[in-house]
Amino acid sequence: MPTEYAFPDAGAKAAAASKEFETEKMSLSMGPSHPSTHGVLRLQMELDGEVLTKCDPVLGYLHRGDEKIAENMTYNQFVPYTDRLDYLAPLANNVAYAIAVERLAKLEVPARCQAIRVICCELARISAHLMGLGAYGIDVGAWSVFLYSFTEREKLYKLFEELTGARFTTSYTRIGGVARDVPDGWIDRVNAFCDQFLPILEETLRLLTRNKIFLDRTVDVGVISKADALSYGLTGPNLRGSGVPLDLRKDRPYSGYEQYEFDVPIGVNGDCYDRYLVRGEEMRQSVRIVKQVIAKFPGGDWYAKDAKKIFGPPKDKVLSSMEELIQNFMLVTEGPQMPAGEVYFEAENPKGILGFFIVSKGGGVPWRMKIRSPSFCNLSILPHVCKGEMISDVVSILGSLDFVMGECDR
Amino acid sequence: MTAPADFTAAVQSKFSQVTLRPTLDHPAINVPVNDVIPVLKYLRDEFAFDLLMDITAIDWAEGVSPQFTVVWHLHSTSTHAYVRVAADCASDVEPSAPTAVELWAGANWHERETWDLLGIRFTAHPDLRRILMWDEYPYHPLRKDFPLAGIETALPDIEVTEETNAKVIAAPMVGGPFVASNAGEISPSDAEPRAKDESWNERREKPE
Repeated sequence: MPTEYAFPDAGAKAAAASKEFETEKMSLSMGPSHPSTHGVLRLQMELDGEVLTKCDPVLGYLHRGDEKIAENMTYNQFVPYTDRLDYLAPLANNVAYAIAVERLAKLEVPARCQAIRVICCELARISAHLMGLGAYGIDVGAWSVFLYSFTEREKLYKLFEELTGARFTTSYTRIGGVARDVPDGWIDRVNAFCDQFLPILEETLRLLTRNKIFLDRTVDVGVISKADALSYGLTGPNLRGSGVPLDLRKDRPYSGYEQYEFDVPIGVNGDCYDRYLVRGEEMRQSVRIVKQVIAKFPGGDWYAKDAKKIFGPPKDKVLSSMEELIQNFMLVTEGPQMPAGEVYFEAENPKGILGFFIVSKGGGVPWRMKIRSPSFCNLSILPHVCKGEMISDVVSILGSLDFVMGECDR
Repeated sequence: MTAPADFTAAVQSKFSQVTLRPTLDHPAINVPVNDVIPVLKYLRDEFAFDLLMDITAIDWAEGVSPQFTVVWHLHSTSTHAYVRVAADCASDVEPSAPTAVELWAGANWHERETWDLLGIRFTAHPDLRRILMWDEYPYHPLRKDFPLAGIETALPDIEVTEETNAKVIAAPMVGGPFVASNAGEISPSDAEPRAKDESWNERREKPE
């Protein structure tokens, strides 16, 4: 009997060593529709008793060919498709995509637009982590966390709806700005949300952080070493949980992140529990950032003035002025004219680093757009980390990696 | 730590065939496809580019030679610099590039995806299967000669295909709501869904 993998407990080890029983490996398929695979992920597993000897993720059930679609439409038309990448944090995707195209167009957006985008990103981070936290609680058997976190998430979605007109598929950014300015009083309501959110967050995290059952399910489970995390290209809370303090908001600031003070939490052991702790702390830091943005929320324009050739002309002028009509017509039919060249922009999204690699030959449509999705890279470590784990711990590991299949499969 | 600016010069002095690649943001280099792995290893070991962010490829469309360019993006967790490494594939018919799995385990899935969607074969890859499309899928959909609508193929499930003869059917693009048609027989009322339920159109008289 092969014993090349580590046994999770003494009993399993003794049973394997005794050679009294001849065991047969069992194949088990988990998913594509299974509550703990968080979407349409299928795991093709090979089991020796309860211990995994092999785990092969099968992807592609949600593949829609987003990159192919991007090559066939203009830059602004693709914004709604970015909602459907990480559909738990659409605002963060919108912002990442908009900045990537702005890098191509060499556009600078004004301070107010940057501030709105930072608020959007951080609120999206809170809502994505709340979702991840609630679902993770259910995965390991703690229902009540879900109820707490979903109540808070609902409040955020009310704010998103007020800002963008949609709860889920926000499509809020445009190349060179955002779709519209913040509504009256919205900033105050965000501030009020932050004030009441912090105590509730502490209460929610207290349900898990010292919970014996939760600790048993997560501590020393799914340990990812620093070297492995780097080798597999993990990013976001999963990389930081393994002790690598990489956070692009800090290290390569975009959208004015350099003005705000926040800490980058990192884990020590790289196990499921550390990844949970990192996400918890990130929500506190996000609130801290949002509070700072609100404290010095700048006035002025919310779209770049030199974005005229990209941003549609004001709607009331389109039907009354010849020049604006022509401009609108050209924008709709041919798209905003971009310079030729290659840009690669990465943003620190809730799930990790989301990258857009745009190859332009000029004109209104990208020649090639590659989406570097964090969930795809984070999942690639699964065969490595699941080997030798118990089957019940697979659920715990999956939840702690916190992936989204919409982004993974694109 | 070496400043990010001078690593391209260092790479060029060590590997004479490396040239600078035009770029709008990060430093970028063109590398002969056979030198890619030594260059990536040199960048990783000497300039701390320890994180492989992405592997992808560009199809420059049929008739352009070289038709395929493979692109690697590296990031350094200590200097926070990026570098773009690009290599043109030698063959336009069976493009291939060396695998980087030995350097970064994460390259495995990126290369499987590039094989799946663009048909770049990564030599010596340990497990070069399709990843997003199903195993028997015959095309590489991100290539420029593959139509946006798709091509009719057999279903992934062989048993179902044999039983039902059902197929994956290409999306109806022409005649759809957002596609301008150059085929004369499609009238505006067929292309515009909002006109569908009207009792009159360009073929039927408006009722009195």
